[in-house]
Amino acid sequence: MSIDIDTARKVAHLARIKVAEEDLARLAEQLSGILTFMEQLNEVDVEGIEPMTSVTPMRLKRRADVVTDGGYPEKILSNAPDAREGFFAVPKVVE
Amino acid sequence: MSLNQLTIAEARDALRKGDATSVEITEACIAAIDGADALNAYCAKTPEIALEQAKAADARIRAGDAPAMCGIPVGVKDLFCTKGVTSQAASNILAGFRPEYESTVTQNLWDAGAVMLGKLGMDEFAMGSTTESSCYGPVVNPWKVDDRKRAPGGSSGGSAAAVSADLCLAATATDTGGSIRQPAAFTGTVGIKPTYGRVSRWGVIAYASSLDQAGPITKSVRDAAIMLGTMASVDAKDSTSADIPVPDFEAALTGDIRGKRIGIPREYRVEGMSDELAKFWDDGAAMLKDAGAEIVDISLPHAKYALPAYYVIAPAEASSNLARYDGVRYGHRAHLAAGDGIVEMYEKTRAEGFGPEVQRRVMIGTYVLSAGFYDAYYNRARKVRALIKRDFEQVFAAGIDAILAPATPTSALELGALNDASPVEMYLNDVFTVTLNLAGLPGVSVPVGLDGKGLPMGLQLIGRPWEEGDLLNQALVLERAAGFTHKPAKWW
Repeated sequence: MSIDIDTARKVAHLARIKVAEEDLARLAEQLSGILTFMEQLNEVDVEGIEPMTSVTPMRLKRRADVVTDGGYPEKILSNAPDAREGFFAVPKVVE
Repeated sequence: MSLNQLTIAEARDALRKGDATSVEITEACIAAIDGADALNAYCAKTPEIALEQAKAADARIRAGDAPAMCGIPVGVKDLFCTKGVTSQAASNILAGFRPEYESTVTQNLWDAGAVMLGKLGMDEFAMGSTTESSCYGPVVNPWKVDDRKRAPGGSSGGSAAAVSADLCLAATATDTGGSIRQPAAFTGTVGIKPTYGRVSRWGVIAYASSLDQAGPITKSVRDAAIMLGTMASVDAKDSTSADIPVPDFEAALTGDIRGKRIGIPREYRVEGMSDELAKFWDDGAAMLKDAGAEIVDISLPHAKYALPAYYVIAPAEASSNLARYDGVRYGHRAHLAAGDGIVEMYEKTRAEGFGPEVQRRVMIGTYVLSAGFYDAYYNRARKVRALIKRDFEQVFAAGIDAILAPATPTSALELGALNDASPVEMYLNDVFTVTLNLAGLPGVSVPVGLDGKGLPMGLQLIGRPWEEGDLLNQALVLERAAGFTHKPAKWW
């Protein structure tokens, strides 16, 4: 599987990483190299094998769906690049 | 011998006897750290916190309430969130981040009276084998045999370098594909990755959640047993923390491995393995045999697919975990141009904040999870992962107690050695270590000798799930038989 420049551009956008147009060719080449390496997996017979979902056979822990934490908005906001009046601030979103 | 050179076990005994105080040991470490800026091991120094904790530890020791780690100064990998102290995963995207909370692992250490000397350098988001992707610049291996600087390994390279150079008594580290065991092997130190679920991941900045597991890097196997016992806990805050009590790992160190069956996996004898590495491996097996273990040839038929499976699964999980770095809640936000909307904010922030390797892994992960490729790559990799795990289960069911293998293909590389390497060539460093992350098994790296260049080499023991005690006991036998007592000659 080889990735062309258009696919590289699309993947970068899906990943929300800005990649300059002139860097796309090199990125496509590197991603293609990695995918070629992954293609060894096609040699393995995986017929009837369930995908592994957890390392130890245990059920994920459950708890009652109740509030167990919170009440400190100033701590939540303390690391924000832009916080105003108790909220995270971002550029205007109009959809 | 100065106090920063002590092992945890030696310091614990000296503290309890009143032969030294935690303040004295901590001061010795702080002086050593201040004299070792050339190694760049610490990305943040916290001497004030350390001395305050050391005083409290001394009071606790005097009162007779002293757990094993009480008063022991340690370094903390930058991946662990530490309250009020910069925690950046060595990434610019978390520039200035000071958590409002403490990771479970570090909280366990502080509750036991351990002392924090500072934060340690690493590869950005734990993605790398050299620390060269760190936003703080590479850590330098204290082992130096000529005029060239060498990498300490990665991603926990700062932890390994700091322990090796006696800039702490021990350090926390994490291992997603070998990031504890490989740097330990490169620096002549001991590193254990415990069974997945043994140590809480809460507050550890996530890379690949189904593979990430924290553990210690230490100067001896005994120290690894002591520190792992304090780091490990059953934690309601981590849904994958196993409800299995933490045993006394140190009590398992009997030095008796008679009758244990140690497997030698033939698939690990990879093409191109150097005669030197093969000899270290053979000698290690002979040492265990001399101690009364039985050496058994075993097969792990899917081992050769571990590396490609890992490089599908880990980036897939990373692309999901790292989606949170969007310039809104913490860390870096790009300067926006007039008219830029929220998508431009995300894209510019992430392009500026993530280094090249992190960007590549996030994009590969995005690709293998995207519509149309999910089954071909991600699900296939998870199926291969199930087969890799089954290989180990069959071996253990056949009566094998542990597996002996090399830790790394070579000794420490020069800094810059991989500059011209393709990503795949870089990934080949992890060939011996990733397998057990995929299977969730515990593994420990033990230094066994110096290679022809005079650099440390490590062997790896892989254990049954939840049997870290047994595993460390086998490691102790290997450590004693190999008699590795070398330290790097001080040049910094």
